[in-house]
Amino acid sequence: MTKNILIAGFGGQGVLFAGKALAKMAMHSDLHVTWLPSYGPEMRGGAANCSVVISNEEIGSPLVPNPDILIALNRPSFDKFGPCVRSGGAIFADSSMIDERSDRTDIDAYYIPASRMAADNSLSGLANVIVLGYLLAKTSLFDYDAFLADLVSGIPASRAALVEGNTKALRLGYEYGCCGHEE
Amino acid sequence: MAKVLMKGNEAIAEAAIASGCLYYFGYPITPQTEISEYMAKRMPKVGGLCLQAESEIAAINMVLGASASGTRAMTSSSSPGISLKSEGISYLVGSDLPAVVVNVQRGGPGLGGIQPSQADYYQATKAYGHGDMHLIVLAPSTVQEMASLTGEAFDLADIYRTPVIILADGAIGQMMEPVDFSERRRREIPPKTWATCGHGGGRKHNIVNSLLMNPEDLENSIRDRFERYRKIEAEEVRYEEYMTEDADIVVVAFGIAARVCKSAVAAVRAEGIKAGLLRPITLWPFPSARILELADTAKAFLSVELSMGQMVSDVKLACECRRPVEFYGRTGGVIPAPGDVARKLAEMAREQM
Repeated sequence: MTKNILIAGFGGQGVLFAGKALAKMAMHSDLHVTWLPSYGPEMRGGAANCSVVISNEEIGSPLVPNPDILIALNRPSFDKFGPCVRSGGAIFADSSMIDERSDRTDIDAYYIPASRMAADNSLSGLANVIVLGYLLAKTSLFDYDAFLADLVSGIPASRAALVEGNTKALRLGYEYGCCGHEE
Repeated sequence: MAKVLMKGNEAIAEAAIASGCLYYFGYPITPQTEISEYMAKRMPKVGGLCLQAESEIAAINMVLGASASGTRAMTSSSSPGISLKSEGISYLVGSDLPAVVVNVQRGGPGLGGIQPSQADYYQATKAYGHGDMHLIVLAPSTVQEMASLTGEAFDLADIYRTPVIILADGAIGQMMEPVDFSERRRREIPPKTWATCGHGGGRKHNIVNSLLMNPEDLENSIRDRFERYRKIEAEEVRYEEYMTEDADIVVVAFGIAARVCKSAVAAVRAEGIKAGLLRPITLWPFPSARILELADTAKAFLSVELSMGQMVSDVKLACECRRPVEFYGRTGGVIPAPGDVARKLAEMAREQM
């Protein structure tokens, strides 16, 4: 089993962090994993994306031209990468940033107003984690409790205040996916 | 030790420190600056020195000085910066000094771009400096190898008294994978009796120099060095093979290109095309003997590179024109998809029928 994941958005939305959280969880689950960022001027704003490949076999190419899972955090990413999603794959989109809806019938498209939920719950900058929670609810990629434990274990003691926010954000997204709030 | 998730660049820096490198001299350039950042953080904690030099030329000459004193020293850069270091690399060779030089390649020529490239193959394997010389060139293709080959590079440099090049690329430098630092064999290192270090008047003083005005002396020193090169060619060739035993088409690729090719080989195998992959880990010495052996069973070779085709000429030389050698590549920072390579393999398979 190999999952090709592409996470895309603006620089500063936590695109690389979200990918890293998935990659660490994969590593701690004894799976093979690669994480490849777009690099260069993107670090200073503009488009950013990262490719994560998770597999129970050794991974060849770390590039993800055709993702099984696309996490789109803004409209340009949704427009650019939505058509590239592999047939049978899924899009997870932050609908507070994307007013468009995919017209593809061969993939699953999931929408969550993650940025608005983050703002409403004083979770500034954690829309990425809200989408990860939503992803966990809608796929069998990782167990929610295990992922939460892994996510917060990576937070250093000096920044313990982040534990609460990340926990809340992940739960919000997960519950949104489980409780049928969706459009 | 448990596996850690790390960028390839960081893995090189950590592995260098774990191998006893105490001096790092660098100058920032994308896509390898994480090496400098990591060294700046860690070196002071292990009693070493990380110094940002005023230029790449200064950095390589600082490596020369540190190495002459008998310590392990390293510098790193990306393609344009490496060109600046080429004079110093030649001086290191002429002085018989060990050193590790990392090139995390980006597109060229000139300032080029910042995306991954393998277009410095000729430079690394043929002419990293002027004069009659070779360098050991190692080509990692995983983050784990970024770590293990860095350790290996320091050992090879000390054993053969030569600079060793790690020829990586922007993709492997920037990507993260799990890496285990306990996975490394350590080799026996001969004592550095030539080092220009303090000895309290206990011996005749050593001289490190690359200037030999008498032609016979210079010729003798080069001949000595080439005897070492012959030993390296006999003992240090390394490569990995994937499904080559019954392969009609043997793909030859290194670094990030080899990973793309491995995916492509697996894909075309599923369609009944008998392809295999030979991945050189040492680009010099090149696995020529193994390629010649494979020419007995393979019908054709395909060199896949992130360039307009450079290693392809070494593959042609290695198989002594006994089989056709084709090329597929992208350049300028573009990485081909496995599907691109698979299409080329399917095309070659059709031609063979």
